[in-house]
Amino acid sequence: MSTDGTALYDQPGPKALARHRLYGIAATLVLAGIVAWFVYKMFDTGQFTAEKWNAFTYAGIQELLLRGLGNTLRAFAWAAVLSLVFGAVFAAGRLSDHRLVRWVSTLVVEFFRAMPVLVMIFFIFIAMKVEPRIALIAGLTLYNGSVLAEVFRAGVHAVPRGQSEAAYALGMRKTQVMAHVLIPQGVRTMLPAIISQLVVALKDTSLGYLISYEEFLYAGKQIATNLDYSLPFIPVVIVIAPIYIGLCMLLSGLAKWLEQRGRRSRRTAA
Amino acid sequence: MNVLFDNWDTYWEGFLGTLKLTGVSAALALVLGVLVAACRVSPVAPMRMFGAVWVNVLRNTPLTLLFFAVVLGLPRFGIVLPFFVFAVLALGCYTSAFICEAVRAGINTVPTGQGEAARSLGMTFGQTLGLIVLPQAFRSVIPPIGSTLIALAKNSAIAGSFSVVELLGTYRTLSELGFNIVWTFVWIAVGYLIITLSISAVFAYLEKHWEVAR
Repeated sequence: MSTDGTALYDQPGPKALARHRLYGIAATLVLAGIVAWFVYKMFDTGQFTAEKWNAFTYAGIQELLLRGLGNTLRAFAWAAVLSLVFGAVFAAGRLSDHRLVRWVSTLVVEFFRAMPVLVMIFFIFIAMKVEPRIALIAGLTLYNGSVLAEVFRAGVHAVPRGQSEAAYALGMRKTQVMAHVLIPQGVRTMLPAIISQLVVALKDTSLGYLISYEEFLYAGKQIATNLDYSLPFIPVVIVIAPIYIGLCMLLSGLAKWLEQRGRRSRRTAA
Repeated sequence: MNVLFDNWDTYWEGFLGTLKLTGVSAALALVLGVLVAACRVSPVAPMRMFGAVWVNVLRNTPLTLLFFAVVLGLPRFGIVLPFFVFAVLALGCYTSAFICEAVRAGINTVPTGQGEAARSLGMTFGQTLGLIVLPQAFRSVIPPIGSTLIALAKNSAIAGSFSVVELLGTYRTLSELGFNIVWTFVWIAVGYLIITLSISAVFAYLEKHWEVAR
């Protein structure tokens, strides 16, 4: 990073390099100290004792966790597909030639974007009295769908105007211009943003925990609050967090890769 | 309408709770975010690595999981703090990752030539940073920080489920008292709209105020 130049500093000389190395060692020591303190605290409070980890050796507990993970992924899959559909419909609405359709879609999209997703989930869960799974998926769909509608709209607008002008000049109708010219080109630029939004949806499936949907975190809580296993909170976090974070990082990595690939291919094409 | 006026105190308390939570967490997130951004652009490799790990881990952590770990996990270490402080820690750390990325992107938009010119005029590192780079980065950083803080205000709703007094949590009191649940939620929604729209208005003003013709 420092090699490709920044406005902040020049390429360091030998003296500066030595100084940086010194700072580096100091920073490493401080960080190692913090980690060591955490590890010490864990030993100190007996987080690595066998009884705290015993729970994970039971097949029932492992199944509970796997079922939770399955529910998380299922909710995510539904929410992802539905919000893509929702986004496509309302993006089309916002790009419509009819003023009324445009206004209604704008209102819907702006409202759901401004609302905390949890308020919607709670509203659907409590006021409309539906089961947790549906409430979670519906809430996630409304919020992420609205954000995706804006992403789609921005992606279509990002295609150079000459493209649609040329297509209209060839006598295409609006639907044809959209389907054959604007969307195929727009998708390439918006794909990273779409995937990043899906990461948000994946992260937010954990909100199901708050309305007692049996997803991954909820399964973790059931284990963590069990007196028989001497309340293994920290072990549960140690088991669950890497899986959650790993899943989200995989998706984020995909978004980043697509972005870099898109940038490179455009450069070679030009 | 009645639901609002009959329970004005409950709503007001919740509204203030959300404001306070958002404000304090925003302050923590801004400070932490700028510090981590400084790490990420520093010439010292271990600090850069620390910044990268901080940002990538926190950005990919579900906030509910973070709340779970902080509110229910830290007491296991013997760290017992008020729920409000726990919530601020979780929200502040989570948001700091997004602030850091916004600040870093802002610093990277400043052309290299600006720094080179400043240094060839004999400016020190501090002068280059304070007089040349940061003022230019600041302008391009305002809009993304605004949207990050709006997201923070919305995310603060999660704290209500972890024993912190805030706006969304008021529905529990009101539904126990038997008020119409739909209207309860309508006024909660209005409260959040007021907060998010105010933040976006403030940042729109800031953006305009610091705008320069280039």
